[in-house]
Amino acid sequence: MMAMSSSATASNAPLTKRQRTSPYPTWFFLPAAIIYGVLFLFPTFSSIYFSLTRWTLFDSTFIGLDNFAQFFREPFLIQGVINTIIFALVTCTLKVVFGLGLAVLLTSDIRMRALLRSIVFFPVLVSAVGVGIAFTAMMHPTRGIINIALDLVGISGPGWLTNPALAIYSVALVEVWRGVGLATVIFIAGIMSIPQDYYEAARIDGASAWERFCYITLPLSRPATVTVIILSFIHGLRNFELVWAMTRGGPGFASDVLASVIYKQYQAGFYGLSTAGNVVLFVLIALMAIPLYIYLNRREGHQ
Amino acid sequence: MNTKTARHLMVGSAVSALMLTSTAVQAQTVNLTMLVDNASHTVAISEALVAAFEADNPDISIDIETRPGGGEGDNIVKTRLATGQMTDIFWYNSGSLLQALNPAQTLIDLSDEPYMDDIADSFKQVVSVGEEIFGVPTRPAEAGGIFYNRAIYDELGLEIPLTWDAFMANNEAIAAAGHTPVIQTYRDTWTSQLFVLADFYNVLAQEPDWAERYTNNEAKYATSAIALRGFEKLAEVHDAGFLNADFGAAGYEDGLRMVVEGEGAHYPMITFAIPAISDTFGDAIENVGFFAQPGDSAEENGLTVWMPAALYIPQTTSDEEAARRFLAFVASPEGCAVQNEAVAVNGPYLINGCELPEDVAGVVRDLLPYFEEGGNNAPALEFLSPIKGPLLEQLTVEVGSGIRPPQDAAALYDQDVVRQAQQLGLDGW
Repeated sequence: MMAMSSSATASNAPLTKRQRTSPYPTWFFLPAAIIYGVLFLFPTFSSIYFSLTRWTLFDSTFIGLDNFAQFFREPFLIQGVINTIIFALVTCTLKVVFGLGLAVLLTSDIRMRALLRSIVFFPVLVSAVGVGIAFTAMMHPTRGIINIALDLVGISGPGWLTNPALAIYSVALVEVWRGVGLATVIFIAGIMSIPQDYYEAARIDGASAWERFCYITLPLSRPATVTVIILSFIHGLRNFELVWAMTRGGPGFASDVLASVIYKQYQAGFYGLSTAGNVVLFVLIALMAIPLYIYLNRREGHQ
Repeated sequence: MNTKTARHLMVGSAVSALMLTSTAVQAQTVNLTMLVDNASHTVAISEALVAAFEADNPDISIDIETRPGGGEGDNIVKTRLATGQMTDIFWYNSGSLLQALNPAQTLIDLSDEPYMDDIADSFKQVVSVGEEIFGVPTRPAEAGGIFYNRAIYDELGLEIPLTWDAFMANNEAIAAAGHTPVIQTYRDTWTSQLFVLADFYNVLAQEPDWAERYTNNEAKYATSAIALRGFEKLAEVHDAGFLNADFGAAGYEDGLRMVVEGEGAHYPMITFAIPAISDTFGDAIENVGFFAQPGDSAEENGLTVWMPAALYIPQTTSDEEAARRFLAFVASPEGCAVQNEAVAVNGPYLINGCELPEDVAGVVRDLLPYFEEGGNNAPALEFLSPIKGPLLEQLTVEVGSGIRPPQDAAALYDQDVVRQAQQLGLDGW
């Protein structure tokens, strides 16, 4: 603790000094500021403005907070929020579990390690829409390859995407298949950075493989775990393209997530309303992701 | 010094000579662009019309661009119109969807064209705001109803049902014989609306002013017994177990194939499917017939009519005169003749002087009596009222899959309609 705070003050002092005597004019910020302003600040503030209007793209009427009131009255909003959270939790958990498992496997001494690593990473490179369409065909209730295969072993498979109780989980599983490669790569990097000395010492002390995993790999790959959890949780919260490619939020509204509810409003021409929905989505993700980030990082600092 | 000037002059005159020739070439051909939806029959018709028009008018050439149909297509059309990026001519729905484009501010008024006198009033009404008329019909009149497989009807000796009870009795017999009675294709969610939308003739037969009261925020689906029937019919076919096993995963094209090949007996659909069937299945189109969605009484049996999509010219068009010439061609008997050549005709034309070919498919012969003297037909709701809620197709998927009871879905649809009416800025909402 002492060392940390003293190094912080030590690094602060020259920084302020450099700022005072900087030979570069402040104008050098201008290009970056313009890009930031045009591409981020302007759209953000204009969307906050348009979220307060009834907007047809041709003209807009100011209606105050009516859009927000309407948005929260949407009959399918609650279902969308619940599905969004289910989707984020399921994909996030499974990506951590499978990602870590695959990373341990792929950092161990096995044959064709490089090939297997590429195979695991490959789905990350394919477009989500392509993956969605391919899996939609495979999950067809009567003609899909999954249910045909299940039939061969005497199980009659469910309507993966047509059963309203299952649809969102089926999409989540496909997202795990698609995204686990990225999680694995992050975990591999985390595990590779653990010094081999610890493993050797543990082995000399007679620790089993399971103990080495629990007491060395798991705690020391914590930074990688935090990264994977945050990335996949945020990705899960704002997931849209896979749900849209596979079910369009259906059957009915059974697999609607927040982003697809908003997109459907946009598609229907309720531009003000869907902009209000986007402002809500932005706030909601920030509200969930920032505390998660702070919490996970603080835990890391304590160790 | 002198040589340098001379060289400049030479270069200058060469450049201006080049510019002269290029403007001369440009004056000869006008290039127009046209945006159409990507359904195969739309593209086939557009290409045939453009080819015939270009042959008559060598000074105009038209490039066709395609866009997706459904909600995604609505989005593209609205955005391109609003940002001034629309093509010189475009193909889009008539009726309530056109109203959402704000036509008086974005499209060119065609009411002064001489050919307007030859276009049916029923069509002009659905492409107008006040006195202004914005579009010409791309196709014959269309209708929503039920396609049926003739082989199954012949095999079981069934009669065309004139009441809903007779229809359900037919379904019972078909199921007993081991066939699938009703095909539904909810992967393409828009197809789920047919039992509700095509029931509108029956609503009007009972309450002729229903559409008007609906527009004025007086009539509601949930509280009007006759309007609710459409939702109830959708639920009845599901609850009786009459649907194909993969109704949730099958799409529009699957539905057409199934009714043509006899994998199912009935498929509720709009008659724009006729050119699609003839395109894909050729002579097998004679396997299917068509009847109106039956109501509760046999005396009041009639057809719910859809108006075809129209061609429009946006105010941002690059050459209004050339675009108007193309629309005049489409709205002429020559235009209809080109369509007759290009695709299977699917109903009576809405333009005076347009003739149907002699050899129309049997399914069209089933359709024509409803349009003739003494036949019963009425427009679908979307051509009588500007309000159509965007969530209807999801709600009808729910009702048709047994997820939500019809009464609840109708009540939710009434709420959805409120948002649409407010967005359109209608009075009384």
